[in-house]
Amino acid sequence: MLEHIELFFRSIFIDNMVFAVFLGMCSYLAVSKKVATAVGLGAAVIFVLAVTVPLNWLLDRYLLQEGALSWLGPEYADYNLSFLSFILFIATIATMVQLVEIVVEKFSPSLYNSLGIFLPLIAVNCAILGGSLFMQSRQIETFGLAFNYGLSSGIGWFLAILSIAAIREKIRYSNVPAPLRGLGITFIITGLMGIGFQSFGGMLTGGDDAAEEAQETVIIETPVEENNDASKKEITENNSEIDEKEISYNNIKK
Amino acid sequence: MALLSKKDANLIKDPLADNNPITIQVLGICSALAITAELKASVVMAIAVMFVLGVGNVVISAMRNIIPSKIRIIVQLIVVATLVIVVDQVLKAFAYPLSKTLSVFVGLIITNCIIMGRFEAFALGNGLWRSFLDGIGNSLGYGIILVIVGFFRELLGSGTLFGYPVFGDPIEKTGLYAFGYENNGFMIIPPAALIVVGIIIWVQRTRNPALVEEN
Repeated sequence: MLEHIELFFRSIFIDNMVFAVFLGMCSYLAVSKKVATAVGLGAAVIFVLAVTVPLNWLLDRYLLQEGALSWLGPEYADYNLSFLSFILFIATIATMVQLVEIVVEKFSPSLYNSLGIFLPLIAVNCAILGGSLFMQSRQIETFGLAFNYGLSSGIGWFLAILSIAAIREKIRYSNVPAPLRGLGITFIITGLMGIGFQSFGGMLTGGDDAAEEAQETVIIETPVEENNDASKKEITENNSEIDEKEISYNNIKK
Repeated sequence: MALLSKKDANLIKDPLADNNPITIQVLGICSALAITAELKASVVMAIAVMFVLGVGNVVISAMRNIIPSKIRIIVQLIVVATLVIVVDQVLKAFAYPLSKTLSVFVGLIITNCIIMGRFEAFALGNGLWRSFLDGIGNSLGYGIILVIVGFFRELLGSGTLFGYPVFGDPIEKTGLYAFGYENNGFMIIPPAALIVVGIIIWVQRTRNPALVEEN
């Protein structure tokens, strides 16, 4: 239960899709002019993430990972199909989006109208594919956690687009320097909000000792240690998980 | 340019400045920001996108008359995904540490809006050669912004370029550091990328007032 709560808050605030890893920026910038449309898109993203991440978790666990095919029989245990994950994940997402669109149109025309054109657009929203890829690279353990991760990442994205839309509605009445109007000021505000969201980083680390210890391991693991957000995530992960990654690193090297 | 007619040359030139995919068309920002803390990663990302967009545009353009329009999005996604798998496997084989740094962002080239945007807007309606030029032009425009952002972030944030120290050694206090210069750690954190891009937009629109938007 505790890990569910931790993952939930981590995905919303610390690893926020927009402010920490910049996913779904295209639609974030394009559709955030009005709060009402932002809410529609945000709701659609929550919904699709919560459906596709657990689905892709199943695919990853029972089809793609090394040894995932062992349920077919012992002779399949050596297969590692993880290089196919991009194409399978995106196919799942595109199909699910299409299916969801059909189902929603049939059973709830009012919801369908409010989501409007956003649903088909979502298939190419990086936040959706990013959710599945992060789910894979962070080695999320159970189906429940995968669902939790999809849902909470979606909520984080929803919060981000809602707040920027609210700010943009207000900023229309401000005297922004002409060259910065529109896109430029939105970028800078998002940057400032991102800095604000960095302050959530200390929320769940549980003491500095553990963090420092983990950081040393991280530096060994990624020599090019500039990738701030990645190392920040890994600081809080426990060491055993990092060890596992090193093992897989060695495997791939072979 | 004997090789390219004027119209074709514009396909390459326009995206570099006045029709830049990142600062004007607002496409492909997701991956542009997350990996630019370091110049090397930016350059590799730009090359990867150039490969995917150049080849992808040609493939889509070649198939444009046989793709049923109802399922074209899925066909496009499959083409991009295949090309990205190639890039990913090449990176894993020849530059493993770098592919670790880029992590999921190689995979996210699939949903890079520039690629789908160019397929939809250009490759579906134009011939092979022009689509190829369009792909190269747009990925150059994308790459230029990546390299500029990566250059400033690495130079000001870590005092290095491609990993080589430019200002001297910050620990032993040589070079500029002897005079009290400090690296700006702010440039390393992700939100700084947004602010650098914001400043690029500012500079670009000051130079060319025709691009200024309504508030």
